[in-house]
Amino acid sequence: MSRRDLSPAALFELAVGGERRSLGRLLTLVERGGPDADTITELSYRAGGAGHVVGITGAPGAGKSTLVGQLVRTIAEAGKRPAVLAVDPSSPLSGGAILGDRVRMDDVVADHDAFIRSMATRGHQGGLALAIPGAVRVLDAAGYDPVIIETVGVGQVEVDVAAAADTTVVVVNPGWGDAVQANKAGLLEVADIFVVNKADRPGAGDARRDLELMLDLSHVSGQEDEGFRPEIVLTTATDGTGAAEVVAAIDAHRAHLGTGDRLAARRRAQVREEIRVRLEQLLGHRIDEAVADDPTGDIARATAGDLSPAAAATAALTDLLSGES
Amino acid sequence: MGDDVTVRIILAKLGLDGHDRGLKVVARILRDAGMEVIYLGLRQTTDSIIAAAEQEDADAIGLSMHNAGHMTLAPKMVEAVRAAQLDIPVVVGGIVPDDDLQPLLDAGVAAVLGPGSPAEDVARTVRDVVSANR
Repeated sequence: MSRRDLSPAALFELAVGGERRSLGRLLTLVERGGPDADTITELSYRAGGAGHVVGITGAPGAGKSTLVGQLVRTIAEAGKRPAVLAVDPSSPLSGGAILGDRVRMDDVVADHDAFIRSMATRGHQGGLALAIPGAVRVLDAAGYDPVIIETVGVGQVEVDVAAAADTTVVVVNPGWGDAVQANKAGLLEVADIFVVNKADRPGAGDARRDLELMLDLSHVSGQEDEGFRPEIVLTTATDGTGAAEVVAAIDAHRAHLGTGDRLAARRRAQVREEIRVRLEQLLGHRIDEAVADDPTGDIARATAGDLSPAAAATAALTDLLSGES
Repeated sequence: MGDDVTVRIILAKLGLDGHDRGLKVVARILRDAGMEVIYLGLRQTTDSIIAAAEQEDADAIGLSMHNAGHMTLAPKMVEAVRAAQLDIPVVVGGIVPDDDLQPLLDAGVAAVLGPGSPAEDVARTVRDVVSANR
């Protein structure tokens, strides 16, 4: 029987029982959003939550997929069941995508109990920000641990992904920048672990030094997490060098999170963020409707030049919120 | 299921056929037609393609064949899809002599796209076999 005809609840039962094509189908529904996605999120929310979530990010071509393939192999050989969500960009023009992360992983993961799913950003970042935690929970409920999220490090999406992960790994390469670059704001601030990949190339030592110097400054404004300094690991992902050290660093960070209130605090922040995104989405639909319908007539007054856009927006907001109580 | 649902297709080459230029062109054509291409590339096996199709919940499998192995490998792929109860179409592209066309369709291949197929035909054929199956 085709898995397309089954209800989310039936698919969920099969997926938790270990059936991969049902799990694959569930992820499609989660990705698509809507009532089915909400049902699945509800089911997996109650079932899972114990697994570790690792985010891997870095510039295009840094070797993230190849590294993830090696991490998956290392983790699977230790007797665990890892899963990967590999995110690639959708074309803003056609909406299509070439999801090319698997091609770097298949050689090493073929013989292991690992689940790899490619996801396209599908244009709307808010959608992805919901689909990712939803997909992570389904994989977690199906018994995969850890769940690794891999994204291209080119925008705000990556910081969102960091928000969905317990441990964030940032991958850089020799020659990627200098100490000034390292102290610029952005992706580097969210790293729990740094990987200098392609470390067989010249400049790997310089890259490590610049990152160390950047970390040395973390205390000046109280950004450091007491008792924890992000590890810097040198890897050559194409031959697997350093993969075991990265896994060990991930485990060490996991152990660190287990001390005090750290993990619970991260999870609370994740839940808050997810609620914020969901609210934004719910309100977004209502805003679109309000702009289209113009129930108070203020938008017509503004387009006629009788009211400023700011005043029209304030009036529309008042109407939007008063209609709800 | 409406037509607005994004098509996800796996593109791969089976066995030791190393000519992947055509596959890359097709990947680009389908991307530009709004589809999500899960690109597996070279040296795949029927098992590795099935594993990917399950995990990716693919709507179709596209095989590129340029080493005259299509009469052996394409029916094997169709068999593997059936055995896995996946119920998704297999499309073959590449060098396929006219005489082999009907036998391939008889073996369960959903469509065959030969050399020189215009981009619009490639995209439409994939869409058609996917929506016929939904």
